[in-house]
Amino acid sequence: MKISYNWLREYIEIDDLTPQELGARLTEGGIPVEVFTELNQGVTGVVVGHVVETRQHENADKLRVCTINAGTGDHLQIVCGAPNVAPGQKVPVAVVGAELPGDFKIKKAKLRGVESQGMLCSAKELGMDVKLLPKEQTEGLYILPEDAPVGHDIADYLLMNDTVLELELTPNRSDALNYRGVAYEVAAILDRPMKMKEEYTAHGNGSSPVTVKIESDNCTKYAAQVVQNVTVSESPLWLQAKLLAVGVRPINNVVDVTNFVMFELGQPLHAFDLSKVAQDTIIVRQAQDGETHVTLDGVERTLDASMLVIADPEKVIGLAGVMGGENSEVDAATKNIVLESAYFDPGTTRKTGKALGLFSEAQKRFEKGMIDQGMITNALLRAAELIAELAGGEVVGGPVEVVKKGAEPHVLDLRHERVNEVLGTSITEDEMVAVLKRLGFEVSGFKVDGAHRITVPTRRPDMVREVDLIEEVARIYGYDKIPSTLPSGNYVQGQLTPEQRLRRTAREVLINAGLNEVVTYSFTNVGLLEPLGLHTEATLTNQVKLFNPMSEDRSALRTHLLPSLVEVVQYNRNRRTNDLALFEIGRVFSPEPGVDTPVTERVRIAGIMTGNYGALGVGEKGRPVDFFAVKGVVETLLDGIGITDVLFVRAAQAGLHPGRTAKIVKRHEGELLELGVIGGLHPEAEEACDLSPTYYFELHMEALLTAKERSELVVPPLPKFPSIERDIALLVDIDTPAGDLLDTIRIAGGDLLVSVRIFDFYQGAQVPAGKKSLAYGLVYRSSERTLTDEEVTERHNRVLEALKAGHHAELRA
Amino acid sequence: MKEQLVALQTTALEALQGLETLGQLGDWKVQYLGKKGELTGMLRGMGALSAEERPVVGALVNDVRAALEAAYEEKEALLKKAEREKRLAEESVDVTLPGRAVKLGSEHPLNIVIRDIEDIFLGLGFQVADGPEVEYDYYNFEAMNVPKNHPARDMQDTFYINEDVLMRTQTSPMQARVLRATAEKAKAEGRQHPDPVRVIVPGRVYRRDDDDATHSHAFMQIEGLVVDRGIRMSDLKGTLLMFARQIFGPEVEIRMRPSYFPFTEPSTEVDVTCFNCGGSGCRTCKQTGWIEILGAGMVHPYVLEEQGYDSEEFTGFAFGMGVERVAMRRYGIEDIRHFYQNDVRLMSHFKSRM
Repeated sequence: MKISYNWLREYIEIDDLTPQELGARLTEGGIPVEVFTELNQGVTGVVVGHVVETRQHENADKLRVCTINAGTGDHLQIVCGAPNVAPGQKVPVAVVGAELPGDFKIKKAKLRGVESQGMLCSAKELGMDVKLLPKEQTEGLYILPEDAPVGHDIADYLLMNDTVLELELTPNRSDALNYRGVAYEVAAILDRPMKMKEEYTAHGNGSSPVTVKIESDNCTKYAAQVVQNVTVSESPLWLQAKLLAVGVRPINNVVDVTNFVMFELGQPLHAFDLSKVAQDTIIVRQAQDGETHVTLDGVERTLDASMLVIADPEKVIGLAGVMGGENSEVDAATKNIVLESAYFDPGTTRKTGKALGLFSEAQKRFEKGMIDQGMITNALLRAAELIAELAGGEVVGGPVEVVKKGAEPHVLDLRHERVNEVLGTSITEDEMVAVLKRLGFEVSGFKVDGAHRITVPTRRPDMVREVDLIEEVARIYGYDKIPSTLPSGNYVQGQLTPEQRLRRTAREVLINAGLNEVVTYSFTNVGLLEPLGLHTEATLTNQVKLFNPMSEDRSALRTHLLPSLVEVVQYNRNRRTNDLALFEIGRVFSPEPGVDTPVTERVRIAGIMTGNYGALGVGEKGRPVDFFAVKGVVETLLDGIGITDVLFVRAAQAGLHPGRTAKIVKRHEGELLELGVIGGLHPEAEEACDLSPTYYFELHMEALLTAKERSELVVPPLPKFPSIERDIALLVDIDTPAGDLLDTIRIAGGDLLVSVRIFDFYQGAQVPAGKKSLAYGLVYRSSERTLTDEEVTERHNRVLEALKAGHHAELRA
Repeated sequence: MKEQLVALQTTALEALQGLETLGQLGDWKVQYLGKKGELTGMLRGMGALSAEERPVVGALVNDVRAALEAAYEEKEALLKKAEREKRLAEESVDVTLPGRAVKLGSEHPLNIVIRDIEDIFLGLGFQVADGPEVEYDYYNFEAMNVPKNHPARDMQDTFYINEDVLMRTQTSPMQARVLRATAEKAKAEGRQHPDPVRVIVPGRVYRRDDDDATHSHAFMQIEGLVVDRGIRMSDLKGTLLMFARQIFGPEVEIRMRPSYFPFTEPSTEVDVTCFNCGGSGCRTCKQTGWIEILGAGMVHPYVLEEQGYDSEEFTGFAFGMGVERVAMRRYGIEDIRHFYQNDVRLMSHFKSRM
């Protein structure tokens, strides 16, 4: 909401405050003001001039040489290029020494050999907001009214020496969408009386010719006032200037008055040409489905039954609270008008405007529901009076009013102790009452159940509960006077949930393993699955879709983190970073509802690695990421989280290399729990996405939490007896997984085997075709005695036999 | 023979002088002092001597041996020292060459900020809660005192899935969820009043905004909620002052300005002393000396009542802040999109874990 300092000054004493000081006070009170605009952008020394005569420039077709009376004594000779200059006009004259916006100083000059003693100005050259001016005033010179006094300072004449404050109003403060509301706010903040006329009672002679009928519950009050014999023309300068200051385009003296009163008192008004209203009858009713209506902007609108319209017995003449109709528009030929002042339902106004893509100043006020219903008739009379004055008409009869539901002031109870209980202040009862009175609220002299009875004027419909009044007291008393304390009461230790702790640990481990954490968007598109070969999976293509996406690219919720991570890899590779190890702890979404959630959201810990990886010294060559580098990261991560005895099982998975993919599983309560997957990207995916060999891993939060042992870690006693180590070198078939033998060894080794690890692997020329060599290191120990060589040999032979029987494994010589 | 012995001693000591390595010294020892060495050979020749000469020469042999052995030990010590020094010299490295460091990754700056804020509030006895990003209209709006047709719900602000489901536009719906869960727990246990609540909720929220330097269609928020008997607006101020000083430095002050949120009453914007100018006024703070960091207020009685709390018995405060905003200020990052581009050249600045 734009507020002109000069205009506001007519309603409240503020001369002792600069616009900036006033803005600071409003900001502290809860209406932020950060933008202050000087209407005078730097115009000095420009005066009203009279064009005495003009003649053609002898050396230039497009220039005229003008004789100007600028009230400076001798006439001035000024060369002018504007095509609309003509003798008899009053125009702004920048005489020598004058300044225009943009530090433009006027000097004596010669144009094509003819001396020019100044410059005639356009609106733009004066720094005016030309968007709001009629087109003819933006092309060429700015033509002033005929009665403009020659020699008068133009900035003063055009009321440009003013500052406009931009008030950032929160939705609850729509009461300040007008000067009256702002003046009341300033009055409360500064503790000063208002000096605004708010009550208008004047009635015209005779009786009103119009009839008003309300046929819908969406209008609770409608008042109509007739003014006859008006002469529609341009508004006087002061009115135009006021409208321009608040960003409204002046139209004519009737429409301008309705806008002026809306800004002054807050009540949107509309003027109909009475001759275009059939049978002088106004009907407020719901539209019929399919009914059409051409609004003031010349667009034909198709209406439906949810919309509220103003009609006469024959046709729709306007959209209630949104926009007037072309068929009842006030124009230059209009003689008799009927003014409308009403209360329309906020929701209906809002929905109608939205459905038709309209958003007017009137609608802005109606849809907030913050119209002061106590001002409906006053505003109507104020406008009628002004129109009669400015357009030469006469007010006929009184306002014709239909009231479906009157607006009563809110009466609320306010307990003094509650104010301090809620705020933590020690405001006295007197201070509290004084603040309420400053706000213009009526405070009862008696108490009911210990509470003051507060009558809130109708201009503040936002006051509906006791706590609203408490905020008002706090606001005017000053938030800065509220002390700083800490909550008392029972204290519970703050603690992270297991999932939150797991996330933090996973993050720590992965960062220490050299991975950079990334955060990517959740919005995606089903098409992004295809290049990665993920589009064949129904669980992945079944995405939650947005009803109103901003773009097709981001129109659904992701089901997989790989596409997001690949995007990050591509982004960085395009910037020549080729060694990448990244992870994200992020959510994926699927459409089935969760427990009290509309869709299912799952947390994934996913990583992507490409290029070289690992610590390097000077002169050492980088080591390309391979399956085992990534598996090592996952193993370290699982160690860090505390999930042990994990199996990696060869698996096929969409998008991943069939020979380099494993499911990560763990036996849990007799079943295999799938923790996640690890694998190289499928070569086709790498090619489609222009990637070098790239590996991916993904762990599922819910499975990790299930797998994580809840029991505390108990450290076993250090061994008391020595261990005996035995190594085995074996030849097995080339497709026998080395990990399978581990299981066999563990089972056969039984209680004496404390650990087994794979320490060597070879396939190639040194072993027979179709075979590979594997070496295992076994450690035997008893917790009760020192083992004898014989005992170990006997157990070790059992292991060898089991390996032979289970895997056709032969001892290597 | 005496002359021979004297000559041997002289020759041996001279030879010893010229030795340079422990190996040569070993050879020298064998040559002169070994079992088959020259001195032993001479001893053997003593049989030819007379009985008178024998003890005299014997004593002389012992003297020579003692002299040679002493010289040997001295030389050995000298050579060992020299050799150790040589080895040390050979083993020296250029300590300015880079180490074989394990490359550290980095935590995402938004998560660093969230973790720091979580830790501050954990210390103040808050729990941390997570909530769904795809949310019911009821929790996101209606339960937060934003009924249907409220101007704040405009389609251009919210991503909808369908009429009743949307991408949460704020972390505030978790206020209602946490209150509801706590109230239901009390009901199940047959208690009249629910437990007090102290919780913060970090999480991602969505707005239908075009992405630019200061806007993002997805961003992180942290919500805070305290509900108990006797919670006052001054408690909100004190809590946020403590928070602001931990995050922005011990010298900052906070300022509360009246504002409006449908789910708090009274509502406030909270500013902190401008980090750039310390409060004297500069371009960053538009000459005000203050920077807005969060919105807050006393929980609206409607929000409490809707979830089964008695709003006469219980009061509370709530606050919500944008994580990106804090991170941008803290790290001098000027474009919000940087957080989502994940350029490793930027992220590698966040290696330090402190």
